Amino acid sequence: MQNTIYQKIWSQRVILNLIFLLLLAAPLFLSDFRLNLLGKFLAFAILAIGLDLLWGYTGVLSLGHGIFFGLGAYCMAMYLKLEATGGGLPDFMAWSGMSELPLIWIPFQYPIVAIILGILLPAIIAFMLGYLTFRNRISGVYFTILSQALVLVVVTLFVGSQNLTGGSSGLTNFNTFFGFSVNSATTQTAFYIITVIVLGLVFFLSRKLVKGRFGKILVGIRDGENRMRFLGYSPSAYKTFIYTLSAAIAGLAGMLFVLQVGIISPTMIGIIPSIEMVLWVALGGRGTLIGPVIGAVLVNAAKTGFSESYPDIWTYFLGLLFVLVVVFLPKGITGLFEKWNDRRKKQDVSSSVEVEKSYS
Amino acid sequence: MNEIILTLFNGVSLGSILLLIALGLAITFGLMNVINMAHGELIMIGAYITYVIQNIFINYAPPEYFDLYFIISIPVALVVAAGIGMLLEVSLIRHLYKRPLDSLLATWGVGLILQQTARSIFGAPNVGVTSPSFLSGGLEVGSLILPYSRLFILGLSIVCLFSIFYYFYRTASGRRVRAVMQNRQMAECLGVSTRKVDMLTFAIGSGFAGVAGCALTLLGAIGPTIGTSYIIDAFMVVVVGGVGALFGAVSGAFGIGILNTVFEYVTNATLGKVLIFIVIIAFLQWRPSGLVMSRSRSLD
Repeated sequence: MQNTIYQKIWSQRVILNLIFLLLLAAPLFLSDFRLNLLGKFLAFAILAIGLDLLWGYTGVLSLGHGIFFGLGAYCMAMYLKLEATGGGLPDFMAWSGMSELPLIWIPFQYPIVAIILGILLPAIIAFMLGYLTFRNRISGVYFTILSQALVLVVVTLFVGSQNLTGGSSGLTNFNTFFGFSVNSATTQTAFYIITVIVLGLVFFLSRKLVKGRFGKILVGIRDGENRMRFLGYSPSAYKTFIYTLSAAIAGLAGMLFVLQVGIISPTMIGIIPSIEMVLWVALGGRGTLIGPVIGAVLVNAAKTGFSESYPDIWTYFLGLLFVLVVVFLPKGITGLFEKWNDRRKKQDVSSSVEVEKSYS
Repeated sequence: MNEIILTLFNGVSLGSILLLIALGLAITFGLMNVINMAHGELIMIGAYITYVIQNIFINYAPPEYFDLYFIISIPVALVVAAGIGMLLEVSLIRHLYKRPLDSLLATWGVGLILQQTARSIFGAPNVGVTSPSFLSGGLEVGSLILPYSRLFILGLSIVCLFSIFYYFYRTASGRRVRAVMQNRQMAECLGVSTRKVDMLTFAIGSGFAGVAGCALTLLGAIGPTIGTSYIIDAFMVVVVGGVGALFGAVSGAFGIGILNTVFEYVTNATLGKVLIFIVIIAFLQWRPSGLVMSRSRSLD
């Protein structure tokens, strides 16, 4: 009897709510600097949840999520930049000899339009690439390579069109957001709270999605795509949908990122950041929703701690982490907890059925 | 007219470089379904070996023998890169055969470590390798000058292609490799040691990366990231060409090489990249599994 009460108290839902409340209360006990860092990590965590829906649940590995993140971030940054110049021409455009605002910048004068586009643009690009590849049953490593090539193309485009995107130095020097100064501590706290709420929403909705019938179909596609096809499902439609959704989430994360960090440049969305995002999910634990959040926060916290003082060691560490996680921890940190839980349970129940999951 | 010919020549030259790189990738991918993300770093190792051997020659050999360094570098790069590839296969990739996406991530980690090692040994800035004197200058065709170095790379890739062809289709060992590629379990049943074949093939694929790195020193300065700039294009060659036949890799490499150069000539470097990506996606609508596909009835 006591045992069941104990279990109920520590059931997942309670723990999740506690974590959520703790994050909401963080402004009370963290310094502004730490809070800003945590907000940045949580923006990454939002992206990681989206990436995990795609990789952990559906078995499609994308090495191109940096681009979707970047598109969202650039949409927000373009609005912030225009607001900072007060409707005038951004400085880098004037330097490259332009006299009026280019056509594609005009919609970004309106914050609501910018926010909508920040989610819609990544979704549209993901939908197009997803539809054209999944329809032809291009899957596995082939899709992964194509998604990486997309990064190369978009980054080259962003660096190359200096007069439209600010080139390799990106967009920075923002002033206000809806009239509030972005650099004041109060606004930053507000951004942090918004990030936590968005994270909570994305987490909650993803949980709804994967716990239901839809999630079972996704896992079915991951573990046996052809069998699902024979059962009458259309794996390509599901894959395209989840890829689009995951890109939209990445765009959302990008917008929250740029609000808190105040700069976005092509080096932040390129090939290496994109593949680092995959590591967050892998380390935290694929196929769980809390795993990516843990992974994103842990890796980035370690990165901030390490790379400022020893950038060389950080690169070695990152490479080693990839190898170690893949070889020894295929289920990530949450996998360790599961194992520990199983071992405890096994003392009570002697038999248990293990289901082998294949992710590749 | 001259410009058109020169553009085409540059395209063929880029194609030959891509072919040299993609040959190794196609072998490892075709055989074991492993995408080796550290392939670019094996290229880098080949390039730095050339650099080191050059320095040894500058310091210890009489100047009149200086040109020999390049001739010696090619086999040394081949052997060292093959050795590292073999080590990688035995220690890491072997354990991940059933999980292709995971092996992709793990090899990327290895690549990162190798890159950083090169950075700590040789420094982050690019280093230059002096081309041997017999490869400076160019062949004059009418009013055009075709650089010997590019012609040499073209020749080298053709030699590599033929030696791979000879190995695969004319030797007993190559026959075993093809058998494993086509039906791993059946080959195992017939007494082929798939472990040995895997190890050997991976070593061969890696060795060609070393040779490619050696060749790249002719084109400019080398740095720790020299491999990454070519590797994604080489992956695209494998995707477009398809797996299982050398013809796919050849047509993929020259197709992408020539189209890339032509697009960049007609528009600019940035738009050229976008166009080539769109062309590849369009091509895959027509041939989803690449130009050459090995047909089989097996599913999953």
